[in-house]
Amino acid sequence: MTLAEKILAAHTDKKKVSPGEFINVRVDLILANDITAPIAIREFQRIGVDKVFDPKKVVMVPDHFVPNKDIASAEQAKLMREFAREQEILYFEVGQMGIEHVLLPEQGLVLPGDVVIGADSHTCTYGALGAFATGMGSTDIAAAMATGDIWMKVPPTIKLIYHGNLGKWVSGKDLILYTISNIGVDGALYSAMEFVGEAIDTLSIDSRFTMANMAIEAGAKAGLFRVDNKTQLYVKSRAKRPYLVYEPDNDAEYSQVIEYDVSLLEPQVALPHSPANTKPVSQVENIDINQAVIGSCTNGRLEDLRIAAQILKGRKVHPEVRCIIIPGSQQVYLDALVEGLIEAFIKAGAAVSTPTCGPCLGGHMGVLAAGERCISTTNRNFVGRMGSPKSEVYLANPAVAAASAIMGRITSPGEILG
Amino acid sequence: MLRGKAFKFGDNISTDHITPGRLAHLRSNLPELAKHVLEDADPTFASRVKAGDFIVAGNNFGLGSSREHAPLVIKMVGVNAILAKSVARIFFRNAINLGLPVLICNTDNIDDGDELEVDLARGTVNDITRANQLTFGKLPEVMLHILNEGGLIPYIKKYGDFKL
Repeated sequence: MTLAEKILAAHTDKKKVSPGEFINVRVDLILANDITAPIAIREFQRIGVDKVFDPKKVVMVPDHFVPNKDIASAEQAKLMREFAREQEILYFEVGQMGIEHVLLPEQGLVLPGDVVIGADSHTCTYGALGAFATGMGSTDIAAAMATGDIWMKVPPTIKLIYHGNLGKWVSGKDLILYTISNIGVDGALYSAMEFVGEAIDTLSIDSRFTMANMAIEAGAKAGLFRVDNKTQLYVKSRAKRPYLVYEPDNDAEYSQVIEYDVSLLEPQVALPHSPANTKPVSQVENIDINQAVIGSCTNGRLEDLRIAAQILKGRKVHPEVRCIIIPGSQQVYLDALVEGLIEAFIKAGAAVSTPTCGPCLGGHMGVLAAGERCISTTNRNFVGRMGSPKSEVYLANPAVAAASAIMGRITSPGEILG
Repeated sequence: MLRGKAFKFGDNISTDHITPGRLAHLRSNLPELAKHVLEDADPTFASRVKAGDFIVAGNNFGLGSSREHAPLVIKMVGVNAILAKSVARIFFRNAINLGLPVLICNTDNIDDGDELEVDLARGTVNDITRANQLTFGKLPEVMLHILNEGGLIPYIKKYGDFKL
């Protein structure tokens, strides 16, 4: 069995599961946010049960429109808060709140070997820790909150092998953008992606989160990494419960094996309006920008901010650019503050915000007007994603976004730092 | 038997095309949000669609967010079913969970405005305008059951858990 099949099988009464098989899966953690929880709560109440199956296994994170953007946001956060209190489930209030997919692993709430379902498409982020994590809608979440189970079709697994050593300024973001451009936005539809190879072994955990986060952008159900020493080191100090590490079998069957040599890979930029519309940064020239966003569940972790600070420190954001930097959690924010990163950002002329999904989905904190262009470390650049349907979003890693913020046009960090 | 007009869309219609994030302030006011359904793919769709019509799309319909508002507003404007070559997986589950049929078939020969007749039980689409008959793949049994019960909540109410 593949890594995905091993984890799924362990959450059923079966010894073995195969792609295409329909199974009932016991879930370890269920997640919803301020957009999806209100519907999940309403549907849960329609089922007619009083209590969630296990209050320790349900978490609610208001992160999309919180601190409350408007009255509707305030009402939705209030509904979530009251439900969480009544059900005695974990709710992260403003002040502790972070972007869900940054926050939950950081708090040790998702662990290797877990099955996690979340009413958010980027729930697949937790695959970085060797968990099977997938996004669903509010109604599925409501059913799982009541029963502790969810039905799934066992996905086929695509193995992606990355050979070689990564060049300067190249990170997990570039690997995943390159992969999506190669296989397409439905290249892994209904499948699990398993990321391996020497380039993956050298990747930091933060970079692995970035890659797993965007598995959905290739249509995948999950994107998984094997657990290694780096994972153990990350998890050990955080875990508050035991966990199991699963390994794929040597005779595991993959629906596809795709190999890349990434030694010469440049930082990548996804042009509007698809994450698959990707080019090396050197081929994206003379594109002026109005805004640069550094943050999100894709690239709002400490490593991302350190890279941005390396470029922004002692320099100035271009006078015609709004640079918005959003740490993914309070811990990331605090660490960045202690390390002096926040000071570097502010002195460079960037705006720094409390954690929120905000601009990524055109919600608040950096919505674009018609004709405006933004370089962003987020995960989607669909039409109208960040505001006006006549605006444009270019996706890139934090180094490219920071360098572009200084130059006022999309550029490689090499132009500034060599 | 379902009968209505085809509204044709291309590949990769995202949940941001269906319910743009900039309209998120309407997320608790679904009738108002429904007036903007698919606005970023076809600004005229919401004003033209009538109860009983069909959305006919290419590959990977509904990619993107897990927001259930997307299939919900499609259902609210009265769309009978979505016909597509393939559908993004979260959207697929969400639509079925809400009782909105999703039919996987080759949509290449259906044109915008064609009059369609769909027989859910027999698995056929009759394109009356072009006198062309298509078949669609049978849904997985669990999805069929959920659909037959009118959605996931009535299903769970009845069975208490997933019956596979």
